[in-house]
Amino acid sequence: MSVLVNKGTRLLVQGITGREGLFHAAQLWNYGTKIVAGTRPGKGGEWVLEGKVPIFDTVHAAVEATGANCTLIFVPATAAADAMLEASDAGIPLIVCIAEGIPVQDMMQVGRYLGQKGTRLIGPNCPGVLTPGEANVGIIPGHIAIPGDIGIVSRSGTLTYEVLYALKQQGKGTSTCVGIGGDPVNGTSFMDVLGLFEDDAGTEKIVLIGEIGGSDEERAAEFISNRMTKPVVAFIAGQTAPPGKRMGHAGAIIEGGSGLASDKIAALEAAGVSVARHPEEIAALLH
Amino acid sequence: MKLHEYQSKQLFSQCGIPIPRGRVAATAAQAKLIAQELGGRVVVKAQVLVGGRGKAGGIRLAGSPEEAEDAATQILAMEIKGLPVRKVLVDDAAEIHTEIYLGVTNDRAARCPVLIASGEGGVEIEQVAKATPERIITVQIDPLLGLRDYQARMVAAAIELPRDLWRDFISISRGLFDSYQKADATLAEINPLVITRGGRLLALDGKIVLDDNGLFRHPELAEMRDADEEAPAEREARKYGLTYVKLDGSIGCMVNGAGLAMATMDVIKLFGGEPANFLDIGGGAGSEKVAAALQIILKDPDVRAVLFNIFGGITRCDEVARGILAALGEHATRPPMVIRLVGTNEEEGRKLLADANMETASSLVEAAQKVVDLVREGVR
Repeated sequence: MSVLVNKGTRLLVQGITGREGLFHAAQLWNYGTKIVAGTRPGKGGEWVLEGKVPIFDTVHAAVEATGANCTLIFVPATAAADAMLEASDAGIPLIVCIAEGIPVQDMMQVGRYLGQKGTRLIGPNCPGVLTPGEANVGIIPGHIAIPGDIGIVSRSGTLTYEVLYALKQQGKGTSTCVGIGGDPVNGTSFMDVLGLFEDDAGTEKIVLIGEIGGSDEERAAEFISNRMTKPVVAFIAGQTAPPGKRMGHAGAIIEGGSGLASDKIAALEAAGVSVARHPEEIAALLH
Repeated sequence: MKLHEYQSKQLFSQCGIPIPRGRVAATAAQAKLIAQELGGRVVVKAQVLVGGRGKAGGIRLAGSPEEAEDAATQILAMEIKGLPVRKVLVDDAAEIHTEIYLGVTNDRAARCPVLIASGEGGVEIEQVAKATPERIITVQIDPLLGLRDYQARMVAAAIELPRDLWRDFISISRGLFDSYQKADATLAEINPLVITRGGRLLALDGKIVLDDNGLFRHPELAEMRDADEEAPAEREARKYGLTYVKLDGSIGCMVNGAGLAMATMDVIKLFGGEPANFLDIGGGAGSEKVAAALQIILKDPDVRAVLFNIFGGITRCDEVARGILAALGEHATRPPMVIRLVGTNEEEGRKLLADANMETASSLVEAAQKVVDLVREGVR
């Protein structure tokens, strides 16, 4: 069992002919992910991945022809808002958006529209969603994770790989790994994914990887304390970050004394979460 | 990216918000000329991108063009919180009756813009929020609908604004939301918005913070960037698409990915070291970018050792290794280095660096311990 993506995922890749899009689509295909279509306006009717995947001009046409039920967006940040709206408008229930650098006002509009349509968005500025052995929808290197019963949710990219890799070396596997992205306004929160893991029969323990900025971790702590029965282990990056400086991610900034790592750690510990001092300690805390 | 007061107020004015007459000057002579044009009392205001200008003596009243010249001479010689004053704004001095705060910003948790107002203007809104939170009125704005008149009217009533000013207040609120939206701002604020003795609303001070991710839509705003806002190394890094933040420690770090870079700094600190910087080379960095990143680290005189932590995914370890070698070729002496390479093409990367005389590590913890030890040995 798993959350969000699995063997039943029929994936559309928006921007499949671009450098990143094509490279990753090939990786995902080789992993065993069922890619049913790609889009690239102006190239409808052509094929990619050695003639196995058809290209369509619009998402509507791709969905109608292939029954795609999930889309992975590789278009650049300048066009990403439009791509998400198009996918939602075409009725795709799950959007995973990799693009980094989307203006926050675009994301607020997209978020509101998708919410009204009932579309779930993972990202943007995220590594995607991986259910080991079933489907890989994003840019997480598939070989660094093995199937198991640990659910992972993270705001980061490569830090998530670090954790997956450390778990694998200890023989610990993952049910699903969800990268929710490092932007200040994103589609899916920690709380949303924790709820999915709580209800998933294939997930027994959960790892939450947070970072400075915002209050998503604090709200997750409240949710854990009120609603979760499964054990949660956390790590919060940015304990040494100075206030007022944006640490790479648009969302990772300590503003006006809020968003501090120490506050997040305190809130999580108060909710009964074991917080690791460094990423490699997570495996040990999972018993 | 922050805009100066005079730039922010120009944008406000373009959106129909009344601002004082005035212009910006780079010399005292220009300031005198502007004061002459305006006639009467003027206020001379330092244009620097930090708060607390008034307390630092960066805002002065002048009763004549000569006094304005004097004030400008003194203010232009100042440094406020480490930033040199390069320009002053010379504005008509307003007769203030009441000071109000009005701002539009992003509410991260609610995922929408908010209009914030308070009858307690003229001081930092964070202070008001702490001392008298009940004096702050906020209204969430639907990002698809924008600010509606009834919302601004609710705010006017809540801050007990005189009814005869409601129409103007609504127009100013809409203008403020327009400027926030048109500029892709994360903050647009008027503080204070004053009621003058003559009973008019006037935006005396303004501040706009832009979303860097929105600048591609606003080349004219991107050009307004004040070079003093960033340290030279940070500016250099941005040119190469790197994210660099200088810190106080002695261990230079190069990492791919912001979360991993923060975690790397944290682990260094956990083992008793102090990071000299945050540096994220991003995803899929080529050797040129890596070389530029290492040059920036090596230019920092505080760096006593360097830690590379690369988890290859899109980023290829061999590209990173080539970049490191290219940068090292230009340095006869260099601080000791520890490298940890994992992921895509790690074998090729390690082979390339075999003769580079670096310590290697297989995990982040091992790498952090080694680099902290190297700094300690160096001190001894």
